Amino acid sequence: MHGTLKRLAPQLIALATLIALVSVFYPGFLSVSLNDGRLVGPVVDVLKRSAPVALLAVGMTLVIATRGIDLSVGATMAICGAVAAYAVSAGYGLPVAMLLAIGAGLLAGLWNGCLVAIVGVQPFVATLILMTAGRGIAQLITEGRILTFTDPAFAFLGSGNLLGLPMPTWIWICVAVLTTLLMRRTALGLLIEAIGINRRASALAGVNAVVLLIAVYMAMGFCAALAGLVVTADIRGADANNAGLWLELDAILAVVIGGNSLLGGRFSIAASVIGALIIQTISIGIRLAGFPSEYNLLIKAVLVVVILVLQSPRFGTEWHYWRQQLQFKRLREGKIAK
Amino acid sequence: MLLSIRSLTKSFPGTKALDGVDFDLRSGEVHALLGENGAGKSTLIKCLTGAYQRNAGTIALDGAEIEPQSSGEAQELGIGTVYQEVNLLPNLTVAQNLLFGRELRRFGLIDSRAMRAAAQEMLGDYGLDINVDRDLGGYSVAIRQIVAIARAVALSGKVLILDEPTASLDAREVQMLFTVVRRLRDRGLGVIFVSHFLDQVFDLSDRVTVLRNGRHVVTTETAALTRMTLIEHMLGRTLQDEVLHNPPPDRGKREKMLEFSGFGRRAVVEPFDLVIGKGEVVGLAGLLGSGRTESAELLFGLRATQSGEARDQNGKLDLSGPRAAIAQGFGFAPEDRKLDGIVADLSIRENIILGLQARRGWMRPIPRAEQNRLADSYIKRLDIRTSGKEKRVGELSGGNQQKVVLARWLAMNPRFLILDEPTRGIDVGAHAEILHLVHELVEQGMSLLVISSELDELMAVSNRVIVLRDRCHVAELVGHEISGESIMRAIASTEEKVE
Repeated sequence: MHGTLKRLAPQLIALATLIALVSVFYPGFLSVSLNDGRLVGPVVDVLKRSAPVALLAVGMTLVIATRGIDLSVGATMAICGAVAAYAVSAGYGLPVAMLLAIGAGLLAGLWNGCLVAIVGVQPFVATLILMTAGRGIAQLITEGRILTFTDPAFAFLGSGNLLGLPMPTWIWICVAVLTTLLMRRTALGLLIEAIGINRRASALAGVNAVVLLIAVYMAMGFCAALAGLVVTADIRGADANNAGLWLELDAILAVVIGGNSLLGGRFSIAASVIGALIIQTISIGIRLAGFPSEYNLLIKAVLVVVILVLQSPRFGTEWHYWRQQLQFKRLREGKIAK
Repeated sequence: MLLSIRSLTKSFPGTKALDGVDFDLRSGEVHALLGENGAGKSTLIKCLTGAYQRNAGTIALDGAEIEPQSSGEAQELGIGTVYQEVNLLPNLTVAQNLLFGRELRRFGLIDSRAMRAAAQEMLGDYGLDINVDRDLGGYSVAIRQIVAIARAVALSGKVLILDEPTASLDAREVQMLFTVVRRLRDRGLGVIFVSHFLDQVFDLSDRVTVLRNGRHVVTTETAALTRMTLIEHMLGRTLQDEVLHNPPPDRGKREKMLEFSGFGRRAVVEPFDLVIGKGEVVGLAGLLGSGRTESAELLFGLRATQSGEARDQNGKLDLSGPRAAIAQGFGFAPEDRKLDGIVADLSIRENIILGLQARRGWMRPIPRAEQNRLADSYIKRLDIRTSGKEKRVGELSGGNQQKVVLARWLAMNPRFLILDEPTRGIDVGAHAEILHLVHELVEQGMSLLVISSELDELMAVSNRVIVLRDRCHVAELVGHEISGESIMRAIASTEEKVE
């Protein structure tokens, strides 16, 4: 427990500092009220709006732990959203639509995984293929229109409420918790870390690297499918051009803010999810703080740079050194005073 | 004297790669630079070409001291290098490669006609008449080597360093290359020739310098050497000094456990037969590049065989990959433990249980208490020096890393364990411990295949030694036949079989 807390400390501190900063400009940021059985407030908004990136970040953490990357998740979201909207408006009902969408996500992951693990294409290039092709596939499904639907059960996934909290929040929390349990209560986490650090040595020790890699990309596809469902349900329509646009980059950023190395190996899903919350807090915070919208992207970039610098190992050692110097100085001064 | 190196010293953290080495090169000679892996050959060459900066010593070219900071500077000084992996651009034409960086121009634009003519003339000197407008990548490795030499000579023209130039050539191509090298020598160039192939050293070189463990051992005329004395110099043992030969007790006829027949792969290892008895240690001897590691990789399924099959008393074995081999009770501690052995960022505990966990499958995690017990017991049994089992394996010393890799395999309790250079780069203490461990495992009935460059080591552990030369299993020595002399004779002999 102590180890987990120590691992998450930089992310938690960054998030707390950010909330404090936003609260200075917008004092009501932390206020939450109960309205019609729903919790309402900027924080709840953050918890809801971070759903797509948080879901993607869960899968992306695993992919990055294997020393890979998946650029196609935004496009996969669009495909899955389109599949679900198409199925619902064709009258198949929500369960079938969801299964089809998740199936499409798993298929996308299988494609990426095979390219990476069997064909041996570099993950960046392999997933770039589907990143480009994916939106085309989604457009074919929606026939170039925004495919709207009216199914209330599907819409509930995006805007519904359960026990006061928005449905998207429940979905990403469940996925994050279940995935973490799956990784740490079985040997999956260790085996994924091992192939990320040294695939050759792991394979030689009998780890089935090929199957594991494909499974990880499929898990990523599953997460992207859920994210696609949430986004589509939220706007009650599948927009092949804009659903999940650039979200792969936000997901990678969340994983990096979470302190996970892009070189693979040790990973923490919780840290990545906090990274997603940090990104969303910045976006909503800037708006609430009343900055003109033109500044949004720039301020976001500056804040991200500051967070990353503060987390860097280099900064850590400098900070440690500085503190030691300070202690020496105090000790010396103490002696002189005596 | 064309090139004169005096007391050259180069240290890396923890090791002295070169320790006061002297080396002379006359113009108009081919000087072979020999030594086992890690002897310091490549460090010496890198100091010459400016890839490394020396710590002490002098390098003088034509009497003037030089200190090249980069390979470009070394080239300008007159030292050109051709590596085993040709460092040219396969997607440019032959002419572009030859004149890269000093293209002929006309009105400021590249004059391809003049370049073509210049390139053809350059290659004409080497008796090579090829279409210089074709991409270099379309030609054989031998032609590419000659193009690389032509380029290096044109740029530098005093000293030519050939670093393992023949590793991927066939016999005819080697002769073609040697003709070119001899012609250059007769023109007055000084050639430094690095090779593991002793036949070629005797064929081509005028003088030989042997390095061992970063020290200069001997420099002499090639004609004054026999193959035997050369190998003695390289391995650091003389035949006269009788080494304590202490073979493990042989309990007479042993039960046959594994039988490999006709195992082989083209251009890797010629098909060989191998029988492994229960509780037997088989040693694999041979110079580097003779196919030792490749043989082991075939046995473990790391490389696919093109012929042959493996059997035990129950029938045919599936060895299609490491997982299949592990399922048959095989284990393989590889030569390059950093690249193929350890998972550096994981802890000692995780590294030890990794193989066991992979075999159990991801759904059945080894309970943490059991992991701790395993890690603690192997840290104790193999005497792994660490502050704790949660330490990153990457932070351990080489010997302790090797012990962790061994622990991973021992935890899986294999019936047949392959150890490839189990003691390379390990200090003396750990060295003895690992040999002791081998004896202990045999006592427990495990069968081992040990690959080693150190003859003492092979003699100390093996019941049987198989000698490889040029990718062939050429000799098999049993029991009292095993001696340093017989192994070296088998390595050196040019006959097919030794008695």
